[in-house]
Amino acid sequence: MTRDGIALEADLLGKKYGGRARGWALRECDLALPAGRVCALVGPNGAGKSTLLALAAGLIRPTEGTIEAPARERLAYVAQDKPLHPRLTVADTLRMGRELNPGRWDDTVARRIVEGGGFSSDTLVRDLSGGQRTRVALALALGKRAELLLLDEPMADLDPLARHQLMGLLMADAAEHGTTVVMSSHILTELEGSCDHLVLLHGGKVRLEGPVDDLLAAHTLLTGPIGDLAPHTVVESRTTGRQLTALIRREGPVEGPWETSEPSLEDLLLAHLRTTEGASA
Amino acid sequence: MVQGIVVEYRIDRRSGVATYLQIVQQTKQALRMGLLEPGDRLPTAREVVEATAINPNTVLKAYRELEREGLVEARRGLGTFVRATLGTGPADSPLRGELADWARRARAEGLEREDVAALFTSVLKEHFEGDDA
Repeated sequence: MTRDGIALEADLLGKKYGGRARGWALRECDLALPAGRVCALVGPNGAGKSTLLALAAGLIRPTEGTIEAPARERLAYVAQDKPLHPRLTVADTLRMGRELNPGRWDDTVARRIVEGGGFSSDTLVRDLSGGQRTRVALALALGKRAELLLLDEPMADLDPLARHQLMGLLMADAAEHGTTVVMSSHILTELEGSCDHLVLLHGGKVRLEGPVDDLLAAHTLLTGPIGDLAPHTVVESRTTGRQLTALIRREGPVEGPWETSEPSLEDLLLAHLRTTEGASA
Repeated sequence: MVQGIVVEYRIDRRSGVATYLQIVQQTKQALRMGLLEPGDRLPTAREVVEATAINPNTVLKAYRELEREGLVEARRGLGTFVRATLGTGPADSPLRGELADWARRARAEGLEREDVAALFTSVLKEHFEGDDA
């Protein structure tokens, strides 16, 4: 069980794989995601995003630490490779969803998502394109009326039109039912605008976590003469000739000869990724 | 009062303007143009996010801002409704007539469209300096 108002909580969570992929995929991960948030889980390939989602879904066990999520029947997880039964038709797949989720299944939502794809519900899953399979997998996940949706790279196979449409349906679901959503991607722009919470993973560690508005407001982009930036925390700085460009996490107001502006989410992520690149390699 | 969805928001993610502010500005523009009138219901957060794929909290933030400015009111369980109009909207207002006369004179004196726009912007800036956009 999770605390009141918290949909997903990790405490010093770690996962080490044996075998060929051995090593820590995730380490010392702390996070608390409030219910009703739409969270972007971002980071480069191999950052630990899929591991964190699989741990949250209860598919793998932590090596150390804990993770608290709703019970299996109250969460839905869509894996990166969208596993579905290849020999079932789309209609049978939805029927299976209904039978596996008695008392919860929302047939209207599931049908609506599938019907937007322009393929017959008699089609076998194995004959669907990657994007069409994504649509069916999302229909199953949303039809389940879960409290927490865990979506691993949900938009990767979709064309821009389908992406916009399905993201719209996801957001409508979140608006109507207060569903908590965690979506991973290594492409921030896919998620920017749709998410109000951010978890940045890199090298198996959480580098940045919190409400997007708070993260943006806490940082400042600054340009001007080279000088001492104390007491602020410098995330990244560059000097070109006599000019300094820096992204700082503010400690109080910025006083000095610098021009300041609020960074974009992309500025923030890139700066944090570049500075942790050396540390984690 | 109009039935159905009366305004549609267009979100430009590359504009550099915060998304909630785009909704606030477009609502105000619709009020100024008379496309929204008192009593009209704004689209629900669900309707807006389904069409735009933006986060529901962004829409709620925009509506709270419009409510704070007294332009709309939230009625529990019913939706968010327009309370007030903005600006001097009507096409037959005296101010509009004077401005039209002025534009005709400017043109007659040989000013180009861009010259007129620049002149207008500079006067706007002079008289509304420091006001909110």
